[in-house]
Order: sequence, then structure tokens, then C-alpha cells
Amino acid sequence: MGEFRMPTLGADMVAGTLTEWYKHPGDVVNRGDIIAAVDTDKGSIDVEVFEDGVLERVVVEEGQKVPVGTLLAVIGSGAGAPAPAAAPSPPAAAAQVPPPTPPSAAAPAAPSPSAAPTAAPLPPAHGVRASPLARRLAADLRVDLTGITGSGPGGAIVKEDVEAAAARGGGDRSARMRRAIAAAMAKSNREIPHFYLATTIDLGAASAWLAQWNAAHPPAERLLPAVLLLKATALALLEFPELNARWEQESLQPAAEVHIGMVTSLRGGGLVIPAVHQVNRRTLPELMREVRELVQRARSGTLRSSDLTDGTVTVTSLGDRGADAVFGVIYPPQTALIGFGTPAERPWVVAGQVVPRQVVTASLAADHRASDGHRGGMFLATIARLLQQPEGL
Amino acid sequence: MRMTYREALRTALTEALSADPRVFLMGEDVGRYGGAYAASKGLLEQFGPDRVRDTPLSESAFVGAGIGAALGGMRPIVEVMTVNFSLLALDQVVNSAATLRHMSGGQLSVPLVVRMATGGGRQVAAQHSHSLEGWYAHVPGIRVVAPATAHDARWMLPAALREPDPVFIFEHAMLYPEEGEVGEEPGPLPLFAAAIRRPGRDVTVIAHGGSVGKALAAAEQLATEGIEAEVLDLRSLRPLDDATILESVRRCHRAVVVDEGWRSGSLSAEIASRISEGAFFELDAPVARVCSAEVPIPYPKHLEDTALPQPDGICAAVRGVLQPAQAAGAKA
Amino acid sequence: MTREEIRAAVLDAIVAVVPGTRQSDIKDETPIRDQLDMDSMDFINFVVELDERLAVAVPESDYGRLATVNGCIEYLARTLAGGPPPVGSGPAGS
Repeated sequence: MGEFRMPTLGADMVAGTLTEWYKHPGDVVNRGDIIAAVDTDKGSIDVEVFEDGVLERVVVEEGQKVPVGTLLAVIGSGAGAPAPAAAPSPPAAAAQVPPPTPPSAAAPAAPSPSAAPTAAPLPPAHGVRASPLARRLAADLRVDLTGITGSGPGGAIVKEDVEAAAARGGGDRSARMRRAIAAAMAKSNREIPHFYLATTIDLGAASAWLAQWNAAHPPAERLLPAVLLLKATALALLEFPELNARWEQESLQPAAEVHIGMVTSLRGGGLVIPAVHQVNRRTLPELMREVRELVQRARSGTLRSSDLTDGTVTVTSLGDRGADAVFGVIYPPQTALIGFGTPAERPWVVAGQVVPRQVVTASLAADHRASDGHRGGMFLATIARLLQQPEGL
Repeated sequence: MRMTYREALRTALTEALSADPRVFLMGEDVGRYGGAYAASKGLLEQFGPDRVRDTPLSESAFVGAGIGAALGGMRPIVEVMTVNFSLLALDQVVNSAATLRHMSGGQLSVPLVVRMATGGGRQVAAQHSHSLEGWYAHVPGIRVVAPATAHDARWMLPAALREPDPVFIFEHAMLYPEEGEVGEEPGPLPLFAAAIRRPGRDVTVIAHGGSVGKALAAAEQLATEGIEAEVLDLRSLRPLDDATILESVRRCHRAVVVDEGWRSGSLSAEIASRISEGAFFELDAPVARVCSAEVPIPYPKHLEDTALPQPDGICAAVRGVLQPAQAAGAKA
Repeated sequence: MTREEIRAAVLDAIVAVVPGTRQSDIKDETPIRDQLDMDSMDFINFVVELDERLAVAVPESDYGRLATVNGCIEYLARTLAGGPPPVGSGPAGS
């Protein structure tokens, strides 16, 4: 029996709204199937299931906003008959007080579906005067009761107060995304002792190789410099596992694969960080295709849960219209963020001669708990070395 | 068709006596006097002394006789002058009428209907004015209903006569002269279902019998303040229609229970408990109650008025559970 | 193919790359990427769209000629007319 829970689609996500079930009780589901859509501060996300089985029971109905970790549905082996949707067991209260032989066919009181236990409730706000409904709603919406002024009987916090507080925290999508980014970045700078390194990399070989490739291929098969940078970064990370890791519970947990979260700006402001999977194992054309699809999904608001949850490290690439260098803020609980500035032609010394060369400034923001400057420097040098042999990428 | 609650009862009694030869009416002053509240006026002349029988002043005896007649296959309607007097018959009700089906393993039925007046407001002092229907609602084995409208007064009686078990009909004494619309029988009347008398969204006001009108008057006043109170008429006190009560509370998130009985150990306490059990996480305020003062109902009018639930007190209780919260709602 | 037809194809390609853009809002003389906040991925997608619509595979070395709508029309009209390979191509990017 498997449990399908509200995933955390980013370190800053505390709750999500289940907007649609794509599968229904009785449906067979396979690992990787998209079975639900969840609305978060960062947009609508398609959520995948991580096991094979049968969707036995839906616990959270469409439209409900629940905290991360809340049980959304039960995935079974399919051996038992699927229960009808939203048929929780009858409540104890109704069992205790049935009217004697109700002749009017009065149905036993159904439990409120939203009274379902939540996996990650806020700590109970003891000593706060709040109605049961306000408490339940606050838990669902992740609103902290201690910060709310009550308008109910005796100054008690009531439903409307919680809704108003949630609305103040709500607002339009871009404002909410700004707050979500703010929360994650503030947490990062508060908790992660960053150190920064930068190096300028000669892109002469890479640019030449790329120009040759692109000249030989139709537009749909051409590559962007960013793809070479991604691949070189992934290969370098294999040698520096402490930078492709999570820092959690006071210890370093290296990741098994290199999934690079790619900072993607959205038109109209804000950003998302969808992951390009197994970057080290992909060919450059494969990577280009995946990056193109990811950017498209990010901008059309159709990212999947795995796009947002799987990143093991983050790369921000300013592209061809940005600044020379970027010193990023690590996306917790990752341990590193690699930045690439805008490639530009600069004077470069080759064999004692100053020549114009395409160069890029690569930077590393790393968690000093997980790594040290010496290793960081070697890591950037490794990227530089790999980019000198683009045909090997 | 408009008629008074009293006329509605008389129409129902007349029809019952005409329709079924097993039906007969008995009680104190139901014959020559026409009933303490004139519900049976003229029935003695119409149906004769065998079917409209005046009884001695012994509630125990004539309620007991009614139980015996019901056991013997008749369909007796017993009128008790007030619920205060019915206490003399409690042994017959609790130890016989309510138990015989159970104790006989289902072999015996007591298809008895008992009507009685309840409630205060007429300056007839403590021994005629109490609201003890909640005591009856405590007893398994009987059914307890409280018509609050002329329509229910007209149609609850035939529905009660169709029940195989004892049904107690509580008629609030202030309702007899009240006029109301009486429709045709809408199929078999759902005898044990509560009714929403006025839909609302801010608070559920739960009442029965004589308190329903007061709750509606309060709702009228509250509406001018922007508060939409939903008025729920229990109609049946045993069984209670939990589903309708809880459904309404889950919508309005607040509840005020109006009960002319005393607060302690009352029907209102039972309803508040069930709301807590069944809708706790939907409550946005504690359940409030408006009950009679815990005194024997006084004789002087100003004291009696003060002792009984009144629209002003219901309004105050509603405002209490809403408090400034409703102001925002009213604006929205 | 007339210039108007080419212009329509260019605008269609832009809208395909930047959904939600109104063609009437696109200015012919202002650099497209600045107007619409297009990054390098958007731009290469734009080139792909042009290829699909007009069967013109713009070489990377000519990307600079596609900076504005008018620049696109000029460049594409000449190419479609089978004119000489455009000369004086600027560097890629804006």
C-alpha cells in the first residue's frame, strides 16, 4: 500500500492546492505517470506518482489547499476493490449518537473531508483564542495564528480573520512568487555560509566548435553555448561530489545523479528552477532538446513535480544579454550554485600575444560547511579544462 | 388555506375520527367543554360519547387506559391538558408505553397518540407553564414531535396515527390562536425531519414549537442589521434530525439553540453536544443557548416575559456569536 | 512572396515564441529581443519558426540581421528572392 502525498516542489513550498485529479479511484497508475495537478506559488505543477499500482482512494478533493506531506491518495496493489472517491470511514460521533431507528432515512452525518489529519501541521497555537474552524483553516493554509488579531467573540480568531491573513499572504501570482523566492533566498543567506570563487574561461575552442556545428545543422538542431556549459559543469561535478549534494541534518549527502537545476527567468518577472536530468549522461543534442522543452514548460506553466524536485545543484547562466559575472545564492539544501556570465570577446594572452578571444566568467557559490575554497577552485579549473575540448563533451 | 393552529388541530381530529373507527379521543374536558384549548369543540356532538370521552382527573388512569386500548387494537388519541399534569402519567409512559415493544420481543405494539399543551406565556403560573418536552425526548421507545405551524398541526396528527409506536405531540399553548397557511397533505408527511423555516448563512438558530416564531422574529430584526440567520425548526425532538442540523451548522459555522426548557440537562444541551460531536471543526464560535431562566415560570407578566426566551434575547445571542466578525460579512 | 506576407510570417513566428504577444504591439524598428525580453533560447526558437514557415535556414552568422522586424523582412525578402547571399552580416546577437 503506497501513500501519495503533497510533494515539496521547492524548499520554499509549504502548501499546495490540489487543482485536478487526472486519475480516479480504480485507475491503474505506473511510476512516472502524471496523476494530479497542484497549484503552488510558482505555478501549476503536474505531479507524478512514484510507484506502480492502482489508485485506491482519493483523500484530498480538488480545490483543497493542504500542507506539504499531506496524504493525497492511497495507491494499492489493486488486490482490494477500489473504494469510491472520498468515502472516509464513518465518524465516531455519528456512530455514537444515531437517532433511534431513524424513519426519515436521515443519513449518518458525513465527516467533513477537510478534517482529515494533516501530516505536517503547524505546532498547535496553545493559549491563542481561536475557533475550531479557524484553527483547522489555519492549519490547512499554513497561517500562523499567533500573528493574527481576532475579531470574533471575546477577541477570538475566527474563519474570516484567518482568510484575511491568508489573503494578505496571498495576492497575485507574481507577488506570491516574489515572496516564495524571498523566503528561500533569505533562508539560504541566513543559514548557508557561502563562499565565492570566479574564473575567466577561454571559450575560443568551444565557440569555434559550436559555430562549426551550427553551420552544419538546420536551426532546429543548433546548439546554444549554455548547453556546453551545462555538460562541462556536470562532468566536473562527478569529480567534486561535495558540490553535487545536499547539506541536511549537519551532514553532507552526495547525490547519486547529476540533475542540474537551471535557473529560468519568466517573462514578467520571477524565476523557476526546473531540473535537467542526468546531464552527465546526455549528448549535447539531447541536452539542447531537454533544455528547450523545460524552458517551454516553465514558461507555459506546465512543469512536472520531478522538474522542480529533482535538482541536485543549480546553474544560472546569464545568456548573451546579461552581466559579466554572477555570484548566486545557493538554493537550499543544495551545496553549490554555478554561475556563467555573458560570453564576450576580450583581450586574451596566448603564447605571449594579446589576441581577441571569446571568454566567459564562471563563478561558484558554495556552502562552506560542505566544501572549501581549494576544492572549489579546482572545480572551476576542471570546467575550464573540459571546455577546451568541446568535441569531448 | 389559512386557519388557526386550533382549527388545524380540530380539522385533523375530525378527519381522524371520520376516517378510522378505531380512533377515539379521550382526556379531561375534551367532550362537553370542547377541550381546555377548544381543539375538540363540537366533536362530542359530531361523534358521540363513545368516541369523544371525558375522563376523570387522573392522568395516570386515562393515559394507562389509552395504552391498554392501543394494545387492544384501537388507535386512541389521548389529550393531556398540560405537560405539567402529564407527570402523573410518567410511570405509564416510561414503564409501559415506551417499554412494551422491547420487553415483548416485538410482539406488542402501542400505537398511541398523546397530545398535550406545553410552554408558558399565558400567565397561568408555574404549575401550568413549563416546557418539559425535553424530558420525554430523553426516553427511548417513544417518539416526540412539536408542531410549530398550523400546517404541521394539521398534518402531524395523521402521520402520528400511522406510527406503530407511541407518539407524543407537544402543542405550545401560545400557538393555538396563531393563524397560518395549511396546504394539502404533501404525501406522507416526514414526521421526524427538521425543516429550514428561513434560510441564512451567518448562524443557525435552532428552535422548536413556540420558539420557532420567536426565532423568525429575531431573524427578521437581525436581517436589518445585515445578519442572515438561518432558522431551523426541529419538528421532531425524538429522534433528532442530526443530518439536517449538522448540515446547516457546517454551512453557517455558528449555532444558537433556543429552548423554552431550562438550560441544565436540557434538550438544548443535547443539541449543542451533537453539534460539538459532529461539526466541531466547522464551528467558528462556541454554540450559544437561549433557554428559560432557571426558575419556576413566574405569574406576573413582566417576570414571565423575562423568564422565557424572547426575540431580543435571541438577537443578543446571535450577535454574541458573531460579534464584529459579522460586520465585515455584512459589508461584503 | 510579398513583403506583407513575409511580415505576417515574422510576426506569427514571434507570437509562437512569445505567447501572449499581440502583433499590433510589436514595433518594426525596435530590436525584437529588447521589446519582448527574449533570451537566447527564445531567439533560436524564433529562427526555427522562421525556418518552418519560410524554409529559410538563417545561418548563425546572420542572426544579427534579424534584430528588428524590418531587418527580418529585408533579409528574408532578399533571401527568398534568390538574391546573392547577404553580405556584411553582423556578429551573432544584438
